[in-house]
This record gives sequence, C-alpha cells and structure tokens, in this order.
Amino acid sequence: MGARTSDIALSLKATYARGANGVFTLAIDTQLPGAGTTAVFGVSGSGKTTLLRCVAGLEPTAVGDIRVRDRHWQRGDQRMPTHRRRVGFVFQEASLFPHLTVAGNLAFARRRANGASLASAQDLLELLGIGALTERMPHQLSGGEQQRVAIVRALLSAPELLLMDEPLASLDRQRKQEVLPYLERLTRELSIPMIYVSHQIDEVVRLADHLLLLDRGSVTAQGALRDVLLDPTAARLLGNQAGAVIEGEITGVDADWGLATLSFDGGALYLVESGLHLGQALRAHVLARDVSVALDEPKDTSVLNRLPATLVDVSDDTAPGFSLLTFNTGSTRFMSRVSRRSVTQLALTPGATVWLQIKSAALLR
Amino acid sequence: MIPFSDADLGAIWLTIRLATTVTLLLMLLGTPLAWWLARTHSAWRGPVNALVALPLVLPPTVIGFYFLLALGPDGPIGALTNTLGLGYLAFTFWGLVVASTVYSLPFVVQPIQNAFEAIGDRPFEVAATLGAGSLDRFISVALPLARPGFVSAAVLGFAHTVGEFGVVLMIGGNIPDETRVVSVQIYDHVEALDYVGAHWLSGTMVVFSFVVLCLLYVTQRRSRSSGLNFGR
Repeated sequence: MGARTSDIALSLKATYARGANGVFTLAIDTQLPGAGTTAVFGVSGSGKTTLLRCVAGLEPTAVGDIRVRDRHWQRGDQRMPTHRRRVGFVFQEASLFPHLTVAGNLAFARRRANGASLASAQDLLELLGIGALTERMPHQLSGGEQQRVAIVRALLSAPELLLMDEPLASLDRQRKQEVLPYLERLTRELSIPMIYVSHQIDEVVRLADHLLLLDRGSVTAQGALRDVLLDPTAARLLGNQAGAVIEGEITGVDADWGLATLSFDGGALYLVESGLHLGQALRAHVLARDVSVALDEPKDTSVLNRLPATLVDVSDDTAPGFSLLTFNTGSTRFMSRVSRRSVTQLALTPGATVWLQIKSAALLR
Repeated sequence: MIPFSDADLGAIWLTIRLATTVTLLLMLLGTPLAWWLARTHSAWRGPVNALVALPLVLPPTVIGFYFLLALGPDGPIGALTNTLGLGYLAFTFWGLVVASTVYSLPFVVQPIQNAFEAIGDRPFEVAATLGAGSLDRFISVALPLARPGFVSAAVLGFAHTVGEFGVVLMIGGNIPDETRVVSVQIYDHVEALDYVGAHWLSGTMVVFSFVVLCLLYVTQRRSRSSGLNFGR
C-alpha cells in the first residue's frame, strides 16, 4: 500500500436507512496526517458525526479498515471494541457523568488509562482554566465549563487520537468564544492528532492544519487547510464564507494609528489591532467577499490594504452572477468573489496583473 | 399493652421474613433481567416484557393455582425439588417464596428497567471511549445512575409481597409460622368475627403501606424515573 505507519488510514463503509428517503451511505477511503488537527467540514447530514463514531467503534454496522499509526482498530468486520481503542471522544453535549463530581469524572478516565496519561491532570486543568472547579457537580457548571471538563476527561484517558464532534455547537456565542481560545492552546501544545468535526468555518480556520470536506457521505476535497480553502469545491460549499488563510509574522507595530503589519511571502497587510507584538506568528482569514479587484493601483480610497497580484484561476460561484477568482502574491494566495459582469468588463483572465483591495482580515491567532 | 396476640406477632414476623427474602431474590434476579430488557434489540423483548407484566393483570388465584400444580408431585418444579432432596414446596415457606417472587416480579423489574432505559446510550458510549469494558460500564455507570429505580423497586417489591393474599391462600394454606402471613391472619380474624384483632392488623397494614409509599414519593420527587407509573 505504501502507507506510512505514522498516519491514520480510514477505509470505511456504513449504510443506514433514513426515513422514507431510502438510504444514507458513508463511504470513505482516505489517509489523514498522524499529527496536528484535521477538520472534517460539511453541512448537517453529510456524515461527519457518523465518520467520527465509526472511528471510535460506536457504529456496529460499519465495515472497513481503520488504522491509527501502527495499530489496527478495525479490519473488515473485525473490530476492536471501543474501550480497547486508545481514543478520546468529545461529544457535542459535554455528557459528564451526572453522579460524579468534576474530580470524579476525571478520575474515571485516569483510572482506566493504565497510568499512560500523557499530561498531568493539574496541567490540563490549568490549560483549560477549570482548576478551581474540581469539587463541583456537573449541573453546577456552565455549558462552557462542562465542555472544558469533558475535553480534559478525554485527554486523561491517554488517547492516541482525539475525536471532537462539534464540541462548541451546543454553546451560545459567548460560551463558544470562551472555549475557543482553550481549544487553540490545546491544538498547539498537545502532540496527539485530532479530528475535529464542525460546520462552522470560523472554528475550522482557527483550529485546523488539515481540512477534509465531506458531502453526502463522501470526501469531496482534502489537504492542507490553506490549499483546500482555495479549492473551488470548498469555496462553493462555503458560500459567502469562502476565503483564504494567510500565515505570516508581525513585523511592525504602530501604536499611534493602532495598526500592526502582518508580513507574509509576497506582501504585507495592515491590521487594525492592538496587543500584538513584533515577531508574533499569526494566521488571518481573508474572506473572498472582502477582496475587490482593480486594474490600476487605487489611490484615492479608504481601503488600507492594496496589493499587486496575479490572477491564476477563474471559476463559477454557486451564487448565479458571481465568479470566484484566485490570485498569487509570492507564494501566498487570495480569493475574491466578484460579479461575472466585472470579470468580463475588466477582461480578467488567468495571468492578468491586478490590484487587490482587502477590506478586512479576521485575525485568527 | 400489646394489642397483638402471639399468633398475630408470628404472622407479622413471617410476613417480614417472606417479604425480605423475596425482595432480595428479586433484586438479584430482576436486575439482570431489567438490564437485558432495557438494552436488547432481540425479538424476544416484547414477549418477555409481556411475561414479566403478566402478574399485574392475572388474578392472584390463577398464579396460585398453577404454582400449586407446578410445585406438587406431578409438577415440573415439584419433580425438580424432590430430585434435589428438598421434598415438595407446596404449603411451605419456600413455596411461598417461589410463588411470591413471580407474583412481585413486575414491581421490581419495571422500575429498574425504566431507570436503565432513562440513562440512554450516551453515558455508556462515553464510558467506553474512556476505556470502560461492558461489566465496568454496568457497575460504574448503569448501577449508580439507576439508583432511584432500585430504591423504588425494593420498596414496591417488599410492599407488594406484604400485601399479597390470593397466591398465599392457594399454595400456602394457613399453617402458623410457616405460611400464615398477616393478610391470611386478618382473614381468620374476620371469619372468627374477631373484629378488634382484624382492626389492629389491618390498621397497621394501612399505616405501614402509607408511610412506605410516602417515603418513596417524597425522597424520589426530584428524580427523573421513579418507575411508579403503572397501576395494579
């Protein structure tokens, strides 16, 4: 097969009756990196949760092969029972054991990890900011706190693979903003590979290194986050959330104007942000709808960020009347969503040299 | 002054012994049965559920009648107990235990089963992903989460056994300190027109049953599954 034993190989098929509409089939044959965070993105009903449950061994009808690094979790219909798989699963609802305190919930996981814990409970509690809550019962915690405890609990079982099924979906916006930074720290500081299911692109671009798109039970695109986001399939799936991820470093801070400069290969962007420091590595999300195109450098404009770029691809958007354009500046790529009429009027064809005006960039980390 | 005669006290003591024995037996037998009924997808689930619920609707005399036949020399249970050197169980304390166990079965199985079903799949899935095997999941997740169901089951099993009459009359007869339980003793008092004796025992039963049920409802008010959602 030529497969590396450091990655995660999934070759799965599972079929389910779905109401009167016939059947839903999940058919996956893919390999995921054995390190970093892979986001599985798709609309509701695309099979994201089913995929995670198959990997964890919670779907008894799934057939196929699952290999996590050098360990086979499933071969054909021979499956290792869930409790023998070194898997951590964070469900959509925190699902803490209601009869146990926070400490009891954590001890439940640690006792069954056979001393293999990769991090001390105290470190993880500090990392997720719940060190003071250990004597509480689950019902005394907020939704965000419960979910953070559930994450620590999953980690204390010393998993070789961490599965997260929309852990923020059951939280309101405020709670979500409270948990997201902890998840970010987690993805940076832990060495366990993670599969993160979501239908929220803002979570995906903040957390993932690798992206797998799922549509009606099949993989439609997969690869490095930056590349897949620029794939027209992904862009169409994302609609007006389509965009590019820019990775760079802060090379200038101007306190007077409240600006920071994010430099990347091929240019630099001004960010209206305070609290950034020189040398900081950052990721920014530039939505295609926030990028407009001009043939000459726009001079009299309030738009701060203007970059020369080369057009590399033109493709149709799902919204009628719109085109998706992909541009290069250096090795960095941007995406723009403009009307088809403008594409024709400006004679935008691959190879054209243009100026991009970038109205905003969301800072990710 | 104690209002109870020695025969009354003997009947009370016998009733407590019988109900305690039956309750313990039912908790042991009923828990795995309730677990199976709550978790299985087998086609046998329906018929077994119906079988368990049968004592709720059958007249106690019907159950007593068939047990009388089964426990006797020509019955399967009688043949078994005789082969084991236990003799025949009809008109003995242990015969009452056997029949009462079946008679009170739904009162123990159903609350436990309801409590298990109320847990849902999720806690067991969580426990499995945390490394807990099936026995471990049963002991460390199912049992503690179903605790209110076990309390209901024990109380109802005990109280229902204390209150039985028809089954006892059919297979136990009326042997002092062996099969003459409180309900039979009350019947005897009434037959003998000893209404004072009947009042004392009957009143005690009313107070006992009320206090027990009161405790059950008050302590379980906040729990999700009390299992008391069926009549008799």
